[in-house]
Amino acid sequence: MTMLPLIAKGATVRRRGKVLVGPVDLKLGPNGTTMVIGPNGAGKTTLLKMLHGIVRMQKGTLDWACPLEDAQQRQGFVFQTPVMLRRNVRDNIAYPLRLTKVPRAQARARAEDWAALVGLGDAVMRPAHLLSGGERQKLALARALIREPEVLFLDEPCASLDGRATREIEEILQAAAAGRTRIIMSTHNMGQAQRLGTEVIFVLNGRIHEFNPAEDFFALPDTEQARAFLRGDIVE
Amino acid sequence: MSDIWGGMTQAFWLLITLDADLVEITLRSLRVTLTALLAASLIAFPLAALISVRRFRLRRVTIAVLNALMGLPPVVVGLAVYVLLSRSGPFGVLGLLFTPTAMIIAQVIIIVPLIASIAHQSLRELWSDYHDLLISLNTTKWQRIQALLWDGRRALLTAALAGFGRAIGEVGAIMVVGGNIDHATRVLTTAIALETGKGDFALALGLGFVLIALALIVNLLIHWLSHTESEGRW
Ligand SMILES: Nc1ncnc2c1ncn2[C@@H]1O[C@H](COP(=O)(O)OP(=O)(O)OP(=O)(O)O)[C@@H](O)[C@H]1O
Ligand SMILES: [Mg+2]
Repeated sequence: MTMLPLIAKGATVRRRGKVLVGPVDLKLGPNGTTMVIGPNGAGKTTLLKMLHGIVRMQKGTLDWACPLEDAQQRQGFVFQTPVMLRRNVRDNIAYPLRLTKVPRAQARARAEDWAALVGLGDAVMRPAHLLSGGERQKLALARALIREPEVLFLDEPCASLDGRATREIEEILQAAAAGRTRIIMSTHNMGQAQRLGTEVIFVLNGRIHEFNPAEDFFALPDTEQARAFLRGDIVE
Repeated sequence: MSDIWGGMTQAFWLLITLDADLVEITLRSLRVTLTALLAASLIAFPLAALISVRRFRLRRVTIAVLNALMGLPPVVVGLAVYVLLSRSGPFGVLGLLFTPTAMIIAQVIIIVPLIASIAHQSLRELWSDYHDLLISLNTTKWQRIQALLWDGRRALLTAALAGFGRAIGEVGAIMVVGGNIDHATRVLTTAIALETGKGDFALALGLGFVLIALALIVNLLIHWLSHTESEGRW
């Protein structure tokens, strides 16, 4: 059974009386790659986490096309600041498989394949906390992809990667998207958004300010704020 | 002064010749305390992990109770265990009073709060690190607890060692429930108390040296472990 579309209605996240995100009305279809962009503090991270179901909503609904329990098993998330388990790189990547009772040897073998794929082949036995910022992001990506999720949320997955590593990661993401993985990711890199995205969500002040096909958005955004953002001006 | 000096030389002599009484008492001490430590760890570690990952309303209460229990005078714990195990008490039929088992029970009660509370402090920190990832991976409560216990194992060892140090040096409760019976329930601390009372400094000092050595080793281990922990983070 397919997971998508994901439909949000009036979804709102509030903390300490302040609305962080919402109300959000959104329909994410089964095809394409969605880029979430917007200024710092706009609510991109909160929006992604809300859609993923790990921050509690105070209002509204979120419905997958399949039962929620299924949906939870079939999606992954790469955090803006990756979490390193206090284990070596290989066991970090293998961890999601171990949770679903894949035998240890098999999980480790697949983890090593994924490590090689993201460029951590030489580091498999290193304690994860010794990795650099960029290497941590690669680890987090491999750990998210190893379950072959149908929906993958990524929160600025290339934020501390250099140009070459960014390209490598983009290739991996494109391969995943060409397969059966539906990608929803945030980024501050407009080049990346254009390279990977088929649709763009522009977030401003916790609301979805624009939601358009990527081509249209980058050609000419609907709103003055989005235009200012693309020019690199301060968004009021 | 000469008394003490004579005692010291005699004590060294007892140690070097591996005096039978000394060895027996030391081994019993170790057996009682290690058994208590094992039982206490089996209770305290999962408890610490559970209160770390759960947001249940009772968490604050549990922590408050643990902290209060940590401050309990051991001799009062001894008294409570005595009452429970005495012939007329609810567990009197088991005939456990004045046996090493009674001493183990008392020690477990004394060190569970200590171990759980120290373990909880580190596991809590680990959980705040892991929280987002483990929630996102849709882990069960049990899987979360497992991850914390496994990845926090070094911190748990430190907590256990602290429990060992407390248990091996404890005298009040052990004396009350064990009775300090020769060849049955006499352990290092109670023997020291008795021999000192009798004025037999040689044996008391010899036992004292053993006790200090054990405590020192444990403290060095704790220091070394927590050092490697802060250095490499694990
Ligand atoms: N738990 C919380 N309690 C209170 N405020 C929060 C909480 N989490 C986030 N915020 C606030 O909500 C706003 C949106 O945060 P969010 O992390 O979603 O922004 P973002 O768009 O991802 O920003 P960036 O580009 O810097 O990553 C920020 O102002 C942030 O300070
Ligand atoms: Mg963010």
